[in-house]
Amino acid sequence: MKLPKKVLLLGSGGLKIGQAGEFDYSGSQAIKALKEEGINVVLINPNIATVQTDHGLADTVYFLPLTEHFATQVIKKEKPNAILLSFGGQTALNLGLALEKNGVLKRYGVRVLGTPVSTIRDTEDRELFVKRLQEIGVVTARSSAASTSAEALKAAEKIGYPVMMRAGFALGGEGSGVVKSAEELEKKLPGVFRSTPQVLIEESLVGWKEIEYEVVRDAADNCITVCNMENIDSMGIHTGESMVVAPSQTLSNAEYHSLREIAIRTIRHLGIVGECNIQYALNSKTGDYRVIEVNARLSRSSALASKATGYPLAFVAAKLALGYKLTDIKNSVTGKTTACFEPALDYLVLKMPRWDLAKFENAATRIGTEMKSVGEVMAIGRSFEEVLQKALRMLNTTLDKKYLTGQVGAYLDEIRYPTTNRIFAILGALRAGISTRKIHDISNIDMWFLDKMRNIIEFEKKLPRSHLGRETLTRVKKLGFSDKQIATAKKTTEEKIRALRKKLGVLPVVKQIDTLAGEFPAQTNYLYMTYHGTEHDIVRGKNQIVVLGSGPYAIGSSVEFDWSCVQALKTLKANGHQTIMINSNPETVSTDYDMSDRLYFEELTLERILDIHDFEKPYGVVISTGGQIPNNLAIPLQRNTVRILGTNPKNIDRAEDRHVFSKLLDELGVDQPAWAELTTPAAALKTAEKLGYPVLVRPSYVLSGAAMKVAYDKKSLFEFLQRAVDVSSDHPVVISKFIENAREIEIDGVGAKGKLAIYAITEHVENAGTHSGDATVVLPPQRTYLETIRRAKHITKAIIKKLNITGPFNIQFIAKDNHLLVIECNLRASRSFPFVSKMTGYNFIDIATRALLGKNVAGEYRTVELDYVAVKSPQFSYSRIKGADPRSGVEMASTGEVACFGDSYSEALLKSMMAAGLRLPKKNILISVGGEESKVKLLSAMKTLSAMRFKLIATEHTADFLRANNVPCEKVYKIGTKKDPNVSTLLERGNLDLIINIPTRAFAGETTDGSTIRRKAIDMNVPLITNRQLAEAFVTALAEQKGNGLKTRSWDEYRNS
Amino acid sequence: MRLILEDGTVFEGQSFGAPRNASGEVVFNTGMTGYVESLTDPSYAGQILVCTYPLIGNYGVPDKKLFESEKIQIAGLVVSEYSEQYSHHDAKESLGDWLKASGVPAITGVDTRALTKRLREHGVMLGQLSNSKKVGKFKDPNKENLVARVSIKKKKTYGNGPIKIMAVDCGMKENIVRSLARPEATIIRVPWDYDFTNDEYDALLLSNGPGDPTRCVATIEHIEKAMRDGKPILGVCLGNQLLALAAGARTYKLKYGHRGQNQPCLDSQTGRCYITSQNHGYAVDTKSLPSDWGEWFTNANDASNEGIRHKTKPWSSVQFHPEASPGPTDTAWIFDDFLKAL
Repeated sequence: MKLPKKVLLLGSGGLKIGQAGEFDYSGSQAIKALKEEGINVVLINPNIATVQTDHGLADTVYFLPLTEHFATQVIKKEKPNAILLSFGGQTALNLGLALEKNGVLKRYGVRVLGTPVSTIRDTEDRELFVKRLQEIGVVTARSSAASTSAEALKAAEKIGYPVMMRAGFALGGEGSGVVKSAEELEKKLPGVFRSTPQVLIEESLVGWKEIEYEVVRDAADNCITVCNMENIDSMGIHTGESMVVAPSQTLSNAEYHSLREIAIRTIRHLGIVGECNIQYALNSKTGDYRVIEVNARLSRSSALASKATGYPLAFVAAKLALGYKLTDIKNSVTGKTTACFEPALDYLVLKMPRWDLAKFENAATRIGTEMKSVGEVMAIGRSFEEVLQKALRMLNTTLDKKYLTGQVGAYLDEIRYPTTNRIFAILGALRAGISTRKIHDISNIDMWFLDKMRNIIEFEKKLPRSHLGRETLTRVKKLGFSDKQIATAKKTTEEKIRALRKKLGVLPVVKQIDTLAGEFPAQTNYLYMTYHGTEHDIVRGKNQIVVLGSGPYAIGSSVEFDWSCVQALKTLKANGHQTIMINSNPETVSTDYDMSDRLYFEELTLERILDIHDFEKPYGVVISTGGQIPNNLAIPLQRNTVRILGTNPKNIDRAEDRHVFSKLLDELGVDQPAWAELTTPAAALKTAEKLGYPVLVRPSYVLSGAAMKVAYDKKSLFEFLQRAVDVSSDHPVVISKFIENAREIEIDGVGAKGKLAIYAITEHVENAGTHSGDATVVLPPQRTYLETIRRAKHITKAIIKKLNITGPFNIQFIAKDNHLLVIECNLRASRSFPFVSKMTGYNFIDIATRALLGKNVAGEYRTVELDYVAVKSPQFSYSRIKGADPRSGVEMASTGEVACFGDSYSEALLKSMMAAGLRLPKKNILISVGGEESKVKLLSAMKTLSAMRFKLIATEHTADFLRANNVPCEKVYKIGTKKDPNVSTLLERGNLDLIINIPTRAFAGETTDGSTIRRKAIDMNVPLITNRQLAEAFVTALAEQKGNGLKTRSWDEYRNS
Repeated sequence: MRLILEDGTVFEGQSFGAPRNASGEVVFNTGMTGYVESLTDPSYAGQILVCTYPLIGNYGVPDKKLFESEKIQIAGLVVSEYSEQYSHHDAKESLGDWLKASGVPAITGVDTRALTKRLREHGVMLGQLSNSKKVGKFKDPNKENLVARVSIKKKKTYGNGPIKIMAVDCGMKENIVRSLARPEATIIRVPWDYDFTNDEYDALLLSNGPGDPTRCVATIEHIEKAMRDGKPILGVCLGNQLLALAAGARTYKLKYGHRGQNQPCLDSQTGRCYITSQNHGYAVDTKSLPSDWGEWFTNANDASNEGIRHKTKPWSSVQFHPEASPGPTDTAWIFDDFLKAL
């Protein structure tokens, strides 16, 4: 076995739906596995918020777009001996395949480690895959392509009805569906063939169970399955959209092991080295199976399997890729037994997806074969009822009351045509007395799961009349009820139930996850709590500090907070503390086995944190690195005598409470946009009139759609208040002045005992109104006056002093005509902490954590005068969210972010936009600019583009405007018109390189051609810019960089330059 | 209902099997599926089985033809959470009903992890399932000849192929018969103490079975005699221990045995590692093997013996269960190779 000296690792880029934080986990573990061997690791990943791009992991980090061009440049420059493709999701895999195909790997002598490329191709190409599996008699779903109705009917006849019809080359699964008879197919085909040249007729597997196995194989042919998983939702719902249990619950021994045997046979035959995932459909009536797919790489499922079992899959996979045998590797949990074994669980886990579709207007909430969820939680326990209820709490969403009091018909609809709220509809239906059989018939969910759900509901119904003795309390806790749920049923308070429980000795026990069900002693630090037990596995630790994690990834709460938690853990450890991590998100690095001294994979709820606190009696708790979930727990925890490290929760509350904070700003003489809180629509309209339109509306209770809105006039405000929100004294609405044409700047920093320790100031490219999470952010500021910076710093210092801040904070400002207004202040780490830390070279969380510990963190930090520029861009996932209008607004919509360095602003901006998926235009640019002001402001950019010999194609008014100003362009007609060329035909012809579409009113709702163009751009995968400031900056950068070449420089090269 | 261990530990729970008391050796199994197969495995005779996987009963109980013997063999069952509701297309009844009909007691609501850790630390212990407060007598099943109890009583023949396999039933799992069954084979299943040495056969199979191997004196004698003929021998589980004893080696009792479906075994020759299904409390002492014998497999976790092989003669045996059921099928090739060589 010859180890490579230098290995290139491809990351997965910005977080997108379907490719999230799990690849930070797998990449980080791979780096650790390689570093242990003394191998030099080069990493390309523009995802600034990842742990894997931290100092001290990879030797060289490139924050560059994951494209063939940049990867080739890095290979040329770094000359790695080998490359790892399977740790960065589909992005890395596709890039690796491209590098192999275009000969770059061969040319520069780069060996692919682990699974050979030919095997990856076998798994990626449907036809090859089916053929390879046929060779060993493994069955896949029968499928046949047809390009005429006659062919399709013949294929369907052969396969047998019902069949699944899929329109080939169609986007978004349009035209797909189950067809029950020849007559039905005959009727549907002409319509489908109008929009696509080909249909696929497939065997229908609707209603079959979906089962997965995670398989590991080494080059010596040792092969194991680490975990199997059963999707509660049956075939037809993407596994990323399904509730999943591990291990399988309804499979008999024969089924479990026959699928396991097929998995091993298949993986051996394909020749995978490392880790892979195999998915099956299993017919629960006949035991028949079909292999659906094999993912020859680490995946979301493998991250889940790793967290579910405690088996470090990614770490082991990296070792195997180097040529080690499974038997060479020790089980890192026991430290003694071998890694060549299959974990035995003595608990079960349930994964539940977290959706965030409410952030998008018009987004379809139906779930199906495409992934839409943005995060997930994993609950561990010893009964199904326990894990289900835990998982529902871990989601940290509020239950829509309609699932408690709604109509049975509506529930049944949501069960039959699954939506993101299906589980709540099932529970609602059970509450309404619908039989499990009936629910099974319309959902195909196995009766076993439904019966368990009914157990919960039955007890819930009995609870109000039950006497809460020791026995009942134990029973109800074993069924997973929280103190709060019990309190609601008994019309009392959570505190009282907790006190009663403690008095009666009804307490959860701490259990270890040790990979082998207690068979051997294990040194594991991986823990959970359950009421199904009488004995703790461990004793209380010493000198411990707890870090509260971020919970599930959601829009606005993503891998950045996991990064911050990991940094906090590191610093606490370095300062001699034992660390306890509490988190519920399996896609994280903070929940890795080697990140904390004790990991509680648990709910981030007051009840559970207090349970842990009661048991461990730690010195204190860090609540400021995990985002809003832990932040919201500050006051309740403090009330329960938990020591919160850093800023006093009372002061956190002062910053959170709009009224108090506003008064505080007034006292400090700091401006803020005028606002008012109102309890009736009439008062709201009156206030809006007084403030002057446009106004920003923030309801406290949302009925449907997005929570925040800019209203430009009385009509739109009225409509919004009528349609989307409930305005009452219980649910007031906040209306504030929306300031147009203003810039937004942010200060991220650390306070120590009321003094500013370090800060970084960033500037948004987009004008105020674009959510800070969706903004393109520049560091150091390029357009902000020094005077403004100085003033922002003064305000910051005053606020820090007033709130006596110790720890991380973030303040957002609006700057208009050199005038500063404070719009938000968070006394916790913000989304941009990893960005400012990596870009300035100072780890803000390390400094903040030391401040929390009371250390002296004062120092000279150079964060404004930098020799390079860094730009952070949002990563959107609009292609996954059908129906949503892909433009930025006051509600955050991006799912991730990337950042790149440059010698100049223009270089950094282009790289960063490319890292977020933008392809630089070659020739054709469609321009559609709404409103006179935007047209005028963009004229010079259009001239620039024209001068650069781009072919401009413009919609009617824009074209007239450009021509009137002597900018040559081609005119296209509106979509609605039948004239040719219209935008629609143009888009479908597919020869557009870029679309610049600026809506008339930046933040108003509109259903016009504009939204159709934008949506089409996403569906046709054409790069799209919808913000005027960003469009200007982009064009300027493009012009500046023309012929200059974007440099391939590592992080260290920028930092040390 | 209560589970009382001989060290005085008591676990409270609820009865879900037959309403009677039972005594036996308390052992744990770490398999996550396969309770039907385990319960009917004669090697568990006399034992109170603890399932470390908390949810048991999920897929009910299928038709008898899928059992590993005709009835439940365990003395009692201990689980954390018995699933009253079950769901499976093969299921005929619930686990609880089956236990009740079979007269076997069972307890649910036990912290099986705490119990398992206790057994791991103290070694297997005697215990009893009791409905009363009174502590009864602890009965050590290893003091009786369990093999005699579970072995077939009369010779039985399967198939009529030209190759005759003499299968000595010391508590043989049905899946060994199923694994050997093929058109070219005749399987002659005989009681544990049946003297087959004068019968006509081509190869000898020594089955799995319960308890202390040294109690099978008659079987060991017959094996010694058979060795003189030099016919191929394959032993499974108890068969491994019996073959070793016949060869002159020793066996010993493991602290808490191997019972589960995830035991990694290394082929000493190839270095290949197989995941195996296991259920044994005794093991072969490798050091005591005569020089013409070698170790075939070793346990990758604790280095205990997992199989032996004669250096020149066609005699071999494995400590694990190549017939699986329950558990992984990775080593099914052992039967294939055995039959192919005939």
